[in-house]
Amino acid sequence: MATRSLNDPRRQVKVGTERVYDVANTEFPGNYPGEDHSWNLKKFRKDLKVEIQRLSRRSVEFDLVGVDASIANAFRRILIAEVPTIAIEHVYVWNNTSVIHDEVLAQRLGLVPLDVDPSQMEYHNGVATDRNTLVFRLQVACERRKGAAREETDPEKLYKNSNVLAKHLTWVPQGEQESFFADHPPKPTNDNILLAKLRPGQEIEIELHAIKGQGNEHAKWSPVGTASYRLLPNIQIHRPIPPPLAEKFQKCFSPGVISVDPTTKEVKVADPRRETMSREVLRHPEFEGMVSLSRIRDFFLFKIETESAYPPERLFTEAVTVFRDKVKRLKVAAQALAVEAAQAREGEADADADAAMETD
Amino acid sequence: MAATDAAKITIMKGYEEGYTAATFALHDETHTIGNALRWMLMKNPKVEFCGYSAPHPSEPVIHLRIQMYDNASAITALTDALENLDQLAIAVNDQYRTSLRRGAFERFEEE
Repeated sequence: MATRSLNDPRRQVKVGTERVYDVANTEFPGNYPGEDHSWNLKKFRKDLKVEIQRLSRRSVEFDLVGVDASIANAFRRILIAEVPTIAIEHVYVWNNTSVIHDEVLAQRLGLVPLDVDPSQMEYHNGVATDRNTLVFRLQVACERRKGAAREETDPEKLYKNSNVLAKHLTWVPQGEQESFFADHPPKPTNDNILLAKLRPGQEIEIELHAIKGQGNEHAKWSPVGTASYRLLPNIQIHRPIPPPLAEKFQKCFSPGVISVDPTTKEVKVADPRRETMSREVLRHPEFEGMVSLSRIRDFFLFKIETESAYPPERLFTEAVTVFRDKVKRLKVAAQALAVEAAQAREGEADADADAAMETD
Repeated sequence: MAATDAAKITIMKGYEEGYTAATFALHDETHTIGNALRWMLMKNPKVEFCGYSAPHPSEPVIHLRIQMYDNASAITALTDALENLDQLAIAVNDQYRTSLRRGAFERFEEE
């Protein structure tokens, strides 16, 4: 549990009328005489707090307390750009007589989120196999609907297949895929994404290959709609607010942030999370010196919205896995450097010894 | 994505004898690791200075400068920092999963 108070000035990013103050973290070794700010896993574990607040089928909100912005930001960046998903990459257009151009249609198809667990597939390394490529077909033709009323104007009633939707994508299993994906056949996460519009006589016939990729190559592989954080707002009331001004004080903040006791008119901070930091309270001279606004520098309110096959609660864990993989690869490389450096030093020592012998 | 691990980190020319000060080039890395690693290195009391940069936005390389006190090795500091980052990630993930398992949060429906 976090043991430090929110009122600890060193944890606060101060919010003034025109600007913010004390933005950077200063807790590093040597910065404060007599204090030890070197890395300490035990202390970190004690001060760390990760608490899920809200969870739905599409999004998760949680608090990440006690880490530096660089760490929180690393997880956020990985969520957006480095957690892999499956998306359509190769589009083979056999026939397209619709009004939407091949390349525009191909771009739209790439953006369709697919409901396939990326851990079940390998990266495509130039050769398509049934372990790294999923094949879909899109074959839709528009026709007139017989028996539609003469004065009818609704295309849905006049024509068959006037809208090409994501549900028209049909998966074509390759090799062992049929049994491998038997419990969970690949399909778009949302059936009702509009891909193109057709009129009688127009037709689309396309073969699509979906592969595994990451958001840093193209945003279509990003698993999240948004992955963002904000810092916890903190409102400190220094002196009691005069009862006649209580309601005015309350109105200076977002709804629900400040509570006013109906009888005593006592003002309290009820829910600082709801505050949008409008700084309205700082505009009124009657409240001068009564209140200070800040945000807590190591208190991150994360929100992750999934737009992929991952359930929202799994995304953060996946991001941590990617982070650890990156660190592991760097560590192997750094250790190799250390070995190289040690060998070079030994080699030099030998050469020096040889040289010393010769002069003797 | 799958760069060979051998060339993942290179030491740039101009390093000090015994690697007491060196600039490392981390290939195929971004601010994601650059900034996190910089922070962890600055948490090490033996590190005199640490800073990082992305020399060009379209080249996937991070330059990481480390200068040590008392003739210590920057390579050792780098490996230690990486180890510490790994343990940090484990700690964060543990707590996240504990909170998920405990289930003491609001569940809600969207659209």
